[in-house]
Amino acid sequence: MARYVIARADEVAPGTAKHVSVAGREIALFNVKGDFFAIANRCPHEGADLCKGQIIGLAESDGPGHYRMTRIGEMVRCPWHGWEFDIRTGRSYCDPARTRVKSFDVSVAKGDRIEGPYQAETFKVTQEEDYVILEV
Amino acid sequence: MSDTLTIENPDAMARQGQGIIDCDIHPSMTTPDELMPFLSQRWRTHMATYGNSLRQGLANTLSHPRMTPEVARADAWPPNGGPPGSDVQFMREQHLDAHGIRIGVLVPLRGTPGNQRNLDFGIALASAVNEWQVDKFCGPEPRLKASLVVTQEDPAAAVAEIEKRAGDARYAQILLPPRSTEPLGRRRYWPIYEAATAANLPIAMHVGGIGGHPATGAGWPSYYIEEHHSQVQTMQALLASFIFEGVFARFPTLRIAFVEGGFGWAPAFSWRMDRAWEKMRDEVPHLRRPPSEYLRENVWFTTQPMEEPFPARNLRDTLNWIGTDRLMFSTDYPHWDFDDPAHAFKIPLEDEERQAIFSGNAARFYGWA
Amino acid sequence: MNHAPSPSNFTAEPLPTRGGIDCDVHPPAPETDALMPYLDDFWRQSFEMRGFNRLNLAMTASPPNAPINKRPDWVGRDGEAPIDTVRRAVFDELGASLAICNPLHGAQILHSDDMGAVLCRAVNDWLAEHWLDRDSRLRGSIVISAQNAELAVEEIERRAADTRFVQILLLSMNDEPLGRRRYWPIYEAAQRHDLPVAIHAGGSYRHAPTATGWPSHVIEDYIAQAAIAESQLLSLVAEGVFARFEAIRFVFAETGFMWVPSFFWRADKTWRGTRAETPWIKQPPSELVKRHVRFTIQPADALEASQIERTLVHLDCDDLLLYASDFPHWHFDGQAALPAAFGAELGRKILRDNPLATYPRLREALAKEQTA
Repeated sequence: MARYVIARADEVAPGTAKHVSVAGREIALFNVKGDFFAIANRCPHEGADLCKGQIIGLAESDGPGHYRMTRIGEMVRCPWHGWEFDIRTGRSYCDPARTRVKSFDVSVAKGDRIEGPYQAETFKVTQEEDYVILEV
Repeated sequence: MSDTLTIENPDAMARQGQGIIDCDIHPSMTTPDELMPFLSQRWRTHMATYGNSLRQGLANTLSHPRMTPEVARADAWPPNGGPPGSDVQFMREQHLDAHGIRIGVLVPLRGTPGNQRNLDFGIALASAVNEWQVDKFCGPEPRLKASLVVTQEDPAAAVAEIEKRAGDARYAQILLPPRSTEPLGRRRYWPIYEAATAANLPIAMHVGGIGGHPATGAGWPSYYIEEHHSQVQTMQALLASFIFEGVFARFPTLRIAFVEGGFGWAPAFSWRMDRAWEKMRDEVPHLRRPPSEYLRENVWFTTQPMEEPFPARNLRDTLNWIGTDRLMFSTDYPHWDFDDPAHAFKIPLEDEERQAIFSGNAARFYGWA
Repeated sequence: MNHAPSPSNFTAEPLPTRGGIDCDVHPPAPETDALMPYLDDFWRQSFEMRGFNRLNLAMTASPPNAPINKRPDWVGRDGEAPIDTVRRAVFDELGASLAICNPLHGAQILHSDDMGAVLCRAVNDWLAEHWLDRDSRLRGSIVISAQNAELAVEEIERRAADTRFVQILLLSMNDEPLGRRRYWPIYEAAQRHDLPVAIHAGGSYRHAPTATGWPSHVIEDYIAQAAIAESQLLSLVAEGVFARFEAIRFVFAETGFMWVPSFFWRADKTWRGTRAETPWIKQPPSELVKRHVRFTIQPADALEASQIERTLVHLDCDDLLLYASDFPHWHFDGQAALPAAFGAELGRKILRDNPLATYPRLREALAKEQTA
């Protein structure tokens, strides 16, 4: 693994993202409330630039008619089809995988977030003084 | 893994050397004033005072708000200002040049001329939108073709507009809204199909329209997830109307494109039509052949929004059932459910299939072959 | 008038249907006058005074004499009582062991809440006396009008103790999509009594049956029933009916099923981009449908066996389909209710296992028979 300086820390303000190319990889670098995270820039769905997506919170609900916005600033919405990704983990919110469902199985876990295997690749990013360092 | 929705090797999906025909690009006005030069003073004043009169409660906004501003991709806002689709140079850079688009067919959705209750206003708007397209887009950018917007509720006026513009090769097709006061196969609309046939112009119906009926046969839905999907069922009803009213029996050379309505639904719908017709053909004796045969001869589907079966390989059945000669590639640029040409198909296509879908079928449909 | 027989390109011998549980049988709707004995003095006298008892309440959605609704050999022969026609076709010829009666009646679509409720109650009384009492193989659906949920729940409560009523019957076209919260008291009662809710093709025509307006032909209306069912399915998902009522089951009757895979693909795709508007949807729509919804197999809208075979692969769920004849409607000839394309093993599931899993009251009835 090599380490690269990919940005000055003050280049990427909290709540914003920056596209960087490093070692042949296209990276979307996010500043979430002062911490840096990096995921592959290309949306795994059709290749849109995740660095251009809206940085939003997570819409959650306890049931029809109930709405709660949590984790504000921690999710990015693909600029094209709106798929939601957790910036920290790169995991997509909606699970496109199919699992066999037993007839009238009502035992599915309630209130769980559906975390899909649909993953945006993540990269280890640290801040050292004024710089953002990426390992790849 | 071919079973997941990961990006296939984009080189395998790359466009052919001939360039892509994109059958659905949405142009926008930078500001509403852009339409003014094409309207008389009377209608400029009317627009500013009385405004739209549509068959819905909200005067200036779609009934079901979308999930993104201007229904658009978040990255399609031109740097010089204006909404997505309003800047020709940015459209060139981000889309036409970037994706090798040889010809792009414009589908203007602004102004809704065909759905205005005030027919004279609609007629003026239709003419203005038609002139605005060629002035702002087709003139400076010859790769772009316009759609001829008409007011179908006044068929005589629609015919006049068609006859006025027919022969101008910058207009690729006639554009009708799928949602109208009556199903578009009904006889009162036939003068439009007569004029289309005489002008050798195909007819496109792009999802949307405000016809005054609930968005579904089950009633008005609450949410955008439903409204977005309901366009599929609207296209189904439209297809049934064209076929069972006998439009294709009467106008056998008419070519119809269903734009942005999906296509995965078409095989099962085709079988359902044929099975029903077995038992009810005496109600529609003007049909000399099974409904599915009219579909195969007169109807095409654009590909966006791409169907996404899981596993992806199930799409091959759909392609076999419909026939890859009936599909015409489209991106819906700059809307949010845009399909990137390199990544739209998640299954392998034969070279001939790719060529047909990405340009050949459209070239034949529009008469550019 | 040349009505083609069912396609001959289903060349393989159809699967046997003996022992099946027929989940969609239509007793001929009673004449309005036949319902008068079940009404109290006010309604009976009022209806007779108004001539209402002589009105024909046949519904636009299903003209009874249209060929598709009237299989020629399932029309009563001289002097044959309607119940005997059903016995002949459903039990003798097709070999069903049980059959669920879904009366389709104009009582479900009247504008007056009270009139509609009173007549629906009368239809249920009539069904019990003239059908359920006369043949122990018959079961019933509780006919209600969705229009007034409170009155609908009263009727459900009234019938629930009679375990020969095994489901609640709604028609597919109402004022609003059936997922809307105004209908939820019905689903609350359904879940409480463990009664599935059938959504059957047809309905009130309160508005045009398509977003494009009013089609000219019956055949267009008929075909549109599949589209309407798709909209209802998405309404149930989008409004959160499955989130709110975790044990509820719906049966889509006479709406077809071949369209379900493309519905799954599109609904799941759209959900991923619009999830934030309806955050109570926590699984893909296709998963929710597989968990909560079943579909009767008539009409089986296919022309060739391979179309059914591939559609089953796309559906990827053996639990979804329920055997039905849709008597007296004409979707197949002879005893070809279950094309070979389903395969013998799935065919058996469709005939018995899936209906038994869907309708708990049928299991109780069979258990009682076995111990008797």
